[in-house]
Amino acid sequence: MSKNNEEKQDPGKVLLEEINEPQKRRIWGVISVPLLAILTGVIIGAILIAATSTAVYDAFGESFFKGIGTAFSEIFVAYRSMFTGSIGDPVRIINAFSSGDAREIRSALNPFLESLVQATPYIFAGLAVALGFRAGLFNIGVEGQLFIGAACATYVGYAITGLPGIIHMPLAFIAGGLGGALWGFIPGFLKATTGGHEVINTIMMNYIAFRLTEWLLSGPMSRPGSGGMPISPIIEESAQVPQFFQTPIRFHLGFFIALGFAWLVWYLLFKTKWGLNLRTVGTNPRAAKYAGLSVVKNTMLAMALSGGLAGLAGAVQILAINRSMALGLSSGYGFDSIALALIGNNHPLGVVLSSILFGTLRNGATRMMVVARIPIDIVDVLQAIILMLVAAPAIIRTIYRLKQPKQEETTVFVSGWGGG
Amino acid sequence: MTPILQLKGITKQFPGVLANDHIDLRLNRGEILALLGENGAGKTTLMNILYGLYQPNEGEILINGEKIQIESPTDAIKAGIGMVHQHFMLIPVFTVTENVMLGEESLKFGDFLDRQAAAKRILDISQTYNLQVNPNDLVKDLPVGVQQRVEIIKLLYREAEILIFDEPTAVLTPQEADELFIIMRTLSEQGKSIIFITHKLREVLAIADRIMVIRRGKMVGETLPENADKNSLAAMMVGRAVSLEVEKAEKERGKLVLSIDDLVVADKFLNIVVDHVSLDVHEGEIVGIAGVQGNGQTELVEAVTGLKKPGEGKITLLGEDITKANPRTITEAGSAHVPEDRQADGLVLPFPVAENLVLCTYYQEPFSKGLVLQYGKILENANQLIQDFDIRTPNALTPVSNLSGGNQQKVIIARELSRPIQLLIASQPTRGLDVGSIEYIHKRIIKKRDEGTAVLLVSSELDEIMELSDRIAVMYRGEIIADFPNKDVTKEQVGLMMAGILPEDALAVKEEPLVEPEP
Repeated sequence: MSKNNEEKQDPGKVLLEEINEPQKRRIWGVISVPLLAILTGVIIGAILIAATSTAVYDAFGESFFKGIGTAFSEIFVAYRSMFTGSIGDPVRIINAFSSGDAREIRSALNPFLESLVQATPYIFAGLAVALGFRAGLFNIGVEGQLFIGAACATYVGYAITGLPGIIHMPLAFIAGGLGGALWGFIPGFLKATTGGHEVINTIMMNYIAFRLTEWLLSGPMSRPGSGGMPISPIIEESAQVPQFFQTPIRFHLGFFIALGFAWLVWYLLFKTKWGLNLRTVGTNPRAAKYAGLSVVKNTMLAMALSGGLAGLAGAVQILAINRSMALGLSSGYGFDSIALALIGNNHPLGVVLSSILFGTLRNGATRMMVVARIPIDIVDVLQAIILMLVAAPAIIRTIYRLKQPKQEETTVFVSGWGGG
Repeated sequence: MTPILQLKGITKQFPGVLANDHIDLRLNRGEILALLGENGAGKTTLMNILYGLYQPNEGEILINGEKIQIESPTDAIKAGIGMVHQHFMLIPVFTVTENVMLGEESLKFGDFLDRQAAAKRILDISQTYNLQVNPNDLVKDLPVGVQQRVEIIKLLYREAEILIFDEPTAVLTPQEADELFIIMRTLSEQGKSIIFITHKLREVLAIADRIMVIRRGKMVGETLPENADKNSLAAMMVGRAVSLEVEKAEKERGKLVLSIDDLVVADKFLNIVVDHVSLDVHEGEIVGIAGVQGNGQTELVEAVTGLKKPGEGKITLLGEDITKANPRTITEAGSAHVPEDRQADGLVLPFPVAENLVLCTYYQEPFSKGLVLQYGKILENANQLIQDFDIRTPNALTPVSNLSGGNQQKVIIARELSRPIQLLIASQPTRGLDVGSIEYIHKRIIKKRDEGTAVLLVSSELDEIMELSDRIAVMYRGEIIADFPNKDVTKEQVGLMMAGILPEDALAVKEEPLVEPEP
């Protein structure tokens, strides 16, 4: 979406996708709703913070103005801690840079780096959903594909020994992708050949995946001496995705791999004929058939690719952060990713941006809980509100009196939701 | 006498387009006023203003000489204005009565619907205006023509005095259209005033009391049917002289291109819809399939283009068996297909014009190299075709959904005709298009035929079949019941055959016209 400044000389670049006409007004039309939804969510969150604080009620008991004052200070403390927890403390960052101490700079920036760490699995999972949507498929099975991907990556990570890292790590990563791809391919195959709806089948595949990994972790893949706890052995060092700095800074190469995949997905969708095949099938299957495309083949391909990306989300968490697999692997990445893709307008760049937003919120929430004693649940509520507002743009348009966009803008926004 | 409706200086500005530019209009009581104009001329915008769907930037609306504000369809209905939309606003699973009552429910005992009372009123209306319907039928079981009657009854039930018909014949067979005209005449004799929006010249001359022509948002002329003919109206509409008669030279037909042999196609309910059809199309020949819609033409075309697998029979294209081939193989063998439903099958509406122009070829050189699409080439191709085929679009990157119907069709025509082809299958190629576009598309099809392409034309517009075809085949209930050189049959005879009259009986009829005589 940054392409509106692109040079006119390369027409191909301008034509990076159908929703992306080089018109600022259109671009604003696409991003205004998510942005205003976030703003509104933050305001509603502030009200909730004040309303759930006992200190505020006590202060109102004393006097009205004290109550108002306390409410504002509670909100301020909460959001400040969220900001410093997810972006960093500006004063500390400036001091660190002026002192020139590399170690100090790193730890001052760590909150932000940690947000990127949190964003990494979101990017993969969000891309998975977005790619599905672009091909007209609603992949709700990202969570299950993520678990299968993680299990495959874990297995390759600990079972194969003696390989150099340059080979072992990519191998484990690819294994994760393949595992997810298989898990996505199955509902894709069922949809293409029998018409079984992918929404139902991917949900069912989730349950199978959860129980299958549980069994694997307590049986064939269990860690020796774990005493029946469902946990895998620790992966070989050669399979680990390297972290750049010493603990506690967890920032790792996976984030850049995720960005690379976002670019790859964008390139695939908007620059290659396979991508155009997928988008044509996803946007108008009848015209796709007329143009001689195989709806069956493209449906299977899209689900496999989508599942593969989901598998990578699991793999990156194992190989870079957890280093072994347990059941608490995902905090709902697969489900949040549906929302993410929606906020990001099913565009890879949008997915990256909304993933970073989600990562930041998640990371900041932890800090907010510690410092301001605000329950982490408030962030769930915040996210839910933002999502509802994005999913129902009419609310935002009414609040902010935005003009209704032209027909094709709205259809682009919801393309892929047809499912059928 | 005060006109029942007057529009004064109505102006409506859309971003970048002046859709209505100071339009004045007057409608007398009991009059049928035809509002004629090309697609995109601003007819529908004007009517939407009248119906309260848009607010004008300037101008005023007077009903019976009194100025009124129409801010919503509810206001319009209150003012006695009713609209029969091109796409019906009916709920298929409701009965006629329920559909008519909807939004205007008559109740008894507090909250219970009084269906009997409503049904009785519907019967009264249907008798007064000669609109035959059974109030208890489900709408989904009714033919299109009768559904339209239900729409009209809905308006009369709400006591509308001014009835707006927006392209009412677009969805009707010629017979149903004739029935509609009789209904419209009855309505006007009973004192209702009618605005009839259309771009079909024949209809205007047949039914209107007065004709107003709108072009590019301006009212460009007003005339009476007795002072006008098709050519003068077309010239007013388009703004230049238009040749409605297609110029076509005689041409010897060449070798056999498409051969359909004893073809049987079943629909998804396993009804036989194409019943042992055999047909040949040769080089340099246009074979027109006449027939009322729904007599198997759609399925025949789907079978020939590979979209539907036939049950029995054989299809050969240039000597190759394509009976079981997929659409891409058939396309690559030199066949082009202008599909019947352009928006559903022929285009991907949210995609830009440029991508739609390579929809069937983007996987080939030069539009892709290896896996990578060559957008430079795709754009170059688009700009060339936009120029060659006179496609009116802001640029090649505009989503095709933003184009008018005529220009959308030109995108398909440009895509299909710009390839080297031996066979062109054109299904309803000008349905819903304006005079200028029809003229253009007809010329293009003739040109392809003159270059030696074999053309299979399917159309429910009898005029189109008669004007373009070298040979005419009539399809009725899945069978081809007649196959004649064009010069051997008259329009009336083909019309009779379309209604199922056997050729030997139809050819015996010389005088009796089936459709309204041309003035």
